[in-house]
Amino acid sequence: MPNHASYLSVFLTFARNSLVRDMTFRINFLIECASSVTWTAMNLGFYLLIFQHTDEIGADTGWGKWEFFAFLATTMLVNSLVQAFFMPNCEDVSELIRTGGLDFALLKPIDTQFLISLEKIDWSSLANFAAGLVLLVVSLVRMTARPESPLVLTPTTVALYVFYVLCGVAILYSLMISLSATSIWLGQNRSLYDFWFYITNFSRYPMEIYDGRWGRPLRWAFTYLIPVLIVVNVPAQIIARPIAPGGSSVWPLAIFALLATAGSLAASRWVFQTALRNYRSASS
Amino acid sequence: MYSRALTWWTILRIALAERLVYRGDFALGTLMRFLPIITQIFLWFAVFQARGNEQLAGYSYRDFVAYYLLTMIARAFSSMPGLASGIAGQIRSGEIKKFLIQPIDLLGFLLLGRIAHKLAYYAVAALPFALVFFLCRDFFPGWPSATNLAAGILSLILCFLLGYYLEACMGLVGFWWLEVSSLLFVYMLFSFFLSGHMFPLDMLPEPWKTLVMLTPLPYLAYFPSAVLLGKMQGGELVFGLLAEAGWVVFFIVLSRVVFHYGTRRYSAYGG
Repeated sequence: MPNHASYLSVFLTFARNSLVRDMTFRINFLIECASSVTWTAMNLGFYLLIFQHTDEIGADTGWGKWEFFAFLATTMLVNSLVQAFFMPNCEDVSELIRTGGLDFALLKPIDTQFLISLEKIDWSSLANFAAGLVLLVVSLVRMTARPESPLVLTPTTVALYVFYVLCGVAILYSLMISLSATSIWLGQNRSLYDFWFYITNFSRYPMEIYDGRWGRPLRWAFTYLIPVLIVVNVPAQIIARPIAPGGSSVWPLAIFALLATAGSLAASRWVFQTALRNYRSASS
Repeated sequence: MYSRALTWWTILRIALAERLVYRGDFALGTLMRFLPIITQIFLWFAVFQARGNEQLAGYSYRDFVAYYLLTMIARAFSSMPGLASGIAGQIRSGEIKKFLIQPIDLLGFLLLGRIAHKLAYYAVAALPFALVFFLCRDFFPGWPSATNLAAGILSLILCFLLGYYLEACMGLVGFWWLEVSSLLFVYMLFSFFLSGHMFPLDMLPEPWKTLVMLTPLPYLAYFPSAVLLGKMQGGELVFGLLAEAGWVVFFIVLSRVVFHYGTRRYSAYGG
């Protein structure tokens, strides 16, 4: 019978250890923070350039400049959380399997998936989280202050936004841990890791842009089969554009997002445990 | 003379054999590299829809797609993965000693290695490239004129040399800094946005466009693509080719100078 309080204290220990490690090389930590924020700033510059040439992404989609920047901020929030908490660990899974280090994780009296998913925390990735928050606040202030059709924010919207950002993180985590778990079968998964980047690349734009003969099937597949389009789109729509200019509301999709999150978590748990059952230790 | 040519030929053959070991993985990886372009194509389609399909900085939607595909070719010539960090690593580990005591020139040896890598790469990647370009043939305004095609091929060869000597110069900074990864990060950041492989540089407002065109970066992706797309004609084309060749000569000379002073400074680290 697992004791839940101990999971929390183990997690806090992980967080503290990672922070101690990061603070040992303080200058390196600051450079890492600065470089990831600069990268994001360059990206922002790219979209500023696009909005020099257009008022909207897609005709009548409602993704104007500030709506889109709120969307971009949401992408930054979700991705920085995934990068801070899960990425450094999932990257290591295939190495753990190749070297047999997974044996030590299996022997610990704690859930293996929990242990190998959260052992390391990359605190410098949270610099982008801060940058995302700034961008989000600026965009929301711009939208609520504009004279025509100002955005109305309620505490409920903000609470739902936070909740759906966390759902997005959960979906991406499920995808990532499932892909890493497949390295138990394959022995190595470097190309699968590239695959992860290419798949999540689709989540970074408003889903309305996937339109037409080729776009519709893509949108369908990345919403219902591999639900990466939901990750950013649902929270971003809730906070920035609850009702599309066409009149359709975000809520049906938001309800589906609940199912998708629960489904992804359950599926990844199943994949992880099935893969674990096939683990043949490589250590001596 | 003959024995020297034989030495270089042997080096080229070794490097070529080395590169052709994992050809299946290579071809698949090349196809995968086109995937991120799909989202870019959808993004620009949405932007053009919002503009009522009006031209943007002289580019139609089709031109944009064609431009992105052509930058893939240009990047296949100019990108030098691991070159600068490799040189800096050899300086740090002391491996560079073998070039200092043997009668082999470091920059020439690595250049042949890169040529072999690129030849092997094109041999394997030609098929996926041809497939993608065939599938997307409707986006192109047709074959470029004979002049532009010849100029385009010339600019691709120059952009390979530019990419090589530019990165080599940065790696040679390792004689002074030992670790060049922060310098490389800054370079990568600027080249990612200003070489034109994220967007055609014609989109930049003045005076930024002129300023960016004064740097060597546009010749790594934007210029060859614009030439092959027929956006560069007449005087502009000739001037661009001369500027590109000028940058190549500049970085060849710079790399020799940096190498000369670097080896004077070098004190053998490592065993």
